[in-house]
Amino acid sequence: MHIIDRRLNPGGKSLENRQRFLRRAKSLVQGAVKKTSQERDIKDVLEGGEVTIPLDGMHEPRFRREGGTRDMVLPGNKKFVEGDYLQRSGQGSAKDSGPGEGDSEDAFRFVLSRDEFVDLFLDDLELPDLAKRKIAQTESEGIQRAGYTTSGSPSNISVSRTVRRAMARRIALKRPSKDEIEELEAAIAACTDEDERSLMLAQLEKLKAKSKRIPFIDPIDIRYRRFETVPKPVAQAVMFCLMDVSGSMSEHMKDLAKRFYMLLYVFLKRRYKHVEIVFIRHTDRAEEVDEQTFFYGPASGGTLVSSALQAMHEIVRERFSPADWNIYAAQASDGDNSYSDGELTGMLLTDKILPVCQFFAYLEVGESGGSAFDLSDSSLWTLYERLRNGGAPLSMRKVSERSEIFPVFHDLFQRRETAQEKAAP
Amino acid sequence: MTERLFEGADWDFHTLQRITDACEEVAKNDLGLDVYPNQIEVITAEQMLDAYSSVGMPLFYKHWSFGKQFAYHEASYRKGLMGLAYEIVINSSPCISYLMEENTATMQTLVIAHAAFGHNHFFKNNYLFKQWTDADGILDYLDFAKTYVMQCEERYGRTEVERTLDAAHALMSHGIDRYPGKKKLDLRAEEKRAGRRRQHEEEVFNDLWRTVPKGAAKSKSTLSLERRRKLLGLPQENLLYFLEKSAPRLAPWQRELLRIVRHIAQYFYPQSQTKVMNEGTATYVHYRIMTKLHQTGRITDGNFLEFLQSHTNVVFQPEFDDRRFSGFNPYAIGFAMMQDIERIVTRPEDEDREWFPDIAGKNDVMGVLRDVWANYRDESFIAQFLSPKLMRQLRMFHLHDDPEERAGIRVDAIHDERGFRRVRRELARQHDVGYIDANIEVVDVDLSGDRRLILHHHVIKGAQLNETDAKRVLQHLADLWTYDVSLIEVDANDKVLREYVVSPRPITAAA
Repeated sequence: MHIIDRRLNPGGKSLENRQRFLRRAKSLVQGAVKKTSQERDIKDVLEGGEVTIPLDGMHEPRFRREGGTRDMVLPGNKKFVEGDYLQRSGQGSAKDSGPGEGDSEDAFRFVLSRDEFVDLFLDDLELPDLAKRKIAQTESEGIQRAGYTTSGSPSNISVSRTVRRAMARRIALKRPSKDEIEELEAAIAACTDEDERSLMLAQLEKLKAKSKRIPFIDPIDIRYRRFETVPKPVAQAVMFCLMDVSGSMSEHMKDLAKRFYMLLYVFLKRRYKHVEIVFIRHTDRAEEVDEQTFFYGPASGGTLVSSALQAMHEIVRERFSPADWNIYAAQASDGDNSYSDGELTGMLLTDKILPVCQFFAYLEVGESGGSAFDLSDSSLWTLYERLRNGGAPLSMRKVSERSEIFPVFHDLFQRRETAQEKAAP
Repeated sequence: MTERLFEGADWDFHTLQRITDACEEVAKNDLGLDVYPNQIEVITAEQMLDAYSSVGMPLFYKHWSFGKQFAYHEASYRKGLMGLAYEIVINSSPCISYLMEENTATMQTLVIAHAAFGHNHFFKNNYLFKQWTDADGILDYLDFAKTYVMQCEERYGRTEVERTLDAAHALMSHGIDRYPGKKKLDLRAEEKRAGRRRQHEEEVFNDLWRTVPKGAAKSKSTLSLERRRKLLGLPQENLLYFLEKSAPRLAPWQRELLRIVRHIAQYFYPQSQTKVMNEGTATYVHYRIMTKLHQTGRITDGNFLEFLQSHTNVVFQPEFDDRRFSGFNPYAIGFAMMQDIERIVTRPEDEDREWFPDIAGKNDVMGVLRDVWANYRDESFIAQFLSPKLMRQLRMFHLHDDPEERAGIRVDAIHDERGFRRVRRELARQHDVGYIDANIEVVDVDLSGDRRLILHHHVIKGAQLNETDAKRVLQHLADLWTYDVSLIEVDANDKVLREYVVSPRPITAAA
């Protein structure tokens, strides 16, 4: 008789099988993930969650018999006698498919972890472009302190550690101190009594022998500084969130923008070890703010889009050298801009911003159900469209409903040929 | 006053040991059970879920369908749709019982009595298990299977292996020898043989043979129909066996995979034929043991009440018009029949003497039960021992549903003098696996012609195959056979009802 505690055994024996299953069901699950994510808040989406895929897609067929005459023995007869008839639609024949039941396949629900979910959601997305993508995937080795070791090269001796250990050893082994010996020597010199003197001399001899036996610094005290090489990501990205907060931007529009930024953030986070976010909000002048202020701070005024671009340009110049950083920008606006600002905006974009950006996304947000939105193109939209037709790497989309955020995002970052990206609207 | 086994709900490993010893004493001395050595393992809920998805086995080869099972169970468990079983028990020697850590001390006692003694005795003594399963070898064999599948994946690629296993799984329920005649499986030897086969193939492989010119094709028309069928062992209802032996273009490792799936299917075959008996036995045993422990004061009244509550839930049988009804509960009917046999043996009425002259009033309850447990399966057990009294008690009745019949579903027999035998016969038939599964067999191969494989489905009571599924399974079959496959559904008068013809997918033919 054995009683064994298996609770400490590693669980998750099914993990491998589960991954195989997900791999196989990938396209189905992906579709389900997208569908699910449209119905939910971004935050919830990033928490992972339950998806439903049609069981049919993962069906394992067996030979099954159906139809024909059926016989069954049931318990609980209350009133029937031999020869009675039961109505088909009623009890006892519940398994007959009634109208509406048809042969609809059962759906199959299960829960995806946060990582699985985001992975599947972002799986067929890709950072658009570009030259720096290669850098983005390589890593260089960096060196990092990693405690102390007992062996190493002399140049790495840690003096303070070594001395500290030596002292501890000397105290523990009771090595006579210099003061102690000197004191004794002085006492011998001053001493007149011969007997006492020879006694003290013997003691001095003993002390000296002891301090010779216990060296000031022993090889075992020596400690070397240890270094470790760690992969140091070169890959880093900065994301500029530019948002118009002038009076015309409603809460709904800001919400749409925020969702877009969050997605972009999660997406970049997957690709880079370091992602910085810079929030710039602007009215007729721009300022860099923290997230809270960015989304919730009250601000109002006229609109000068160029101010934000100017601010971005300056920040890039100061802090994010385009040689080291992958720069992304997403601009959300309702599309209003002062008429006089158009030319400056266009110039800033073409000359300063776009050349250093991996990707520039322009998101035009509109009111929910906004029909007026589609009537005529806004001044910004017209301007950007002109730039894009001129070959600038700009992507632009219009959004007016929450549920459109995911598809639009997906659309913008869909894996595709670079050539197509340029050609396609 | 005897010492209590435990107080309250908490337990530790000493408690488990005391409980097992106490149960063993009752099981051996009072019930005369004969069991494999026991191994009891305590596991967590998550591990229980793991175990579910590999048909309860502690080790199993990797396949996506087990992952699907897992995802499915996990989701319904998390949502609270499904409770976990208290225990899983494995037909192996030593007999392994998994207990959940969440169980209270009372529940652990119940589970140990149920699994480690009830199921264990049944596994060791029932003739079907003796005939078909190799309790000593199964764990080693599963280990071998797992490694073998893994090696195949490394050598031939995961996709290829998956394709073969998918096909084998689709045919799994038709990979069983239903009738004894061959000797019982010895899985350990099987594993060794597999190793030797591989070794032999490697040793005798000589590239030169590929260069030997093939002579003109021999005339095959001389092979008479009878002789051909005999050579191929036809008709053959074990489709996996047939493919393994005769499919012309399978690689040796593919044949080995088919063999693995077939052996595992065969191992589980007795379980599907003895659900009622197996659960009935285990439930009867735990009931006897718990009662005895209570009588001798080893568990308290409170513990016993807790036990009774679980026990009652387990043996609850909803009536047919109850929303909870989903067929007969094997625990309920099994336990009821075991108790009924006890009644017939000790306190028979005239009716029982007439129906069961062999056992009525024999007074040796355990002797009779042990004999029953050893020598019957669900179908024969019900056909033999379902008593009129129990049929009355459960108010059983027999319905006949003919789609042609306009008036509705006919009540064919009820629990009265005229109906007893008919109800009993019908219920027994419903527990006959051979009757429930479609009766499909390979009848011929046109070896001289287009090598088409011909199968027959013998339709019973007009129940034909589900078309979508049948096509998919046949697709798998054709992929393995690598030539056309046709399945003909014939009724009792050999009238053809429907014919399927499926061609193999090119990708496998090229492999």
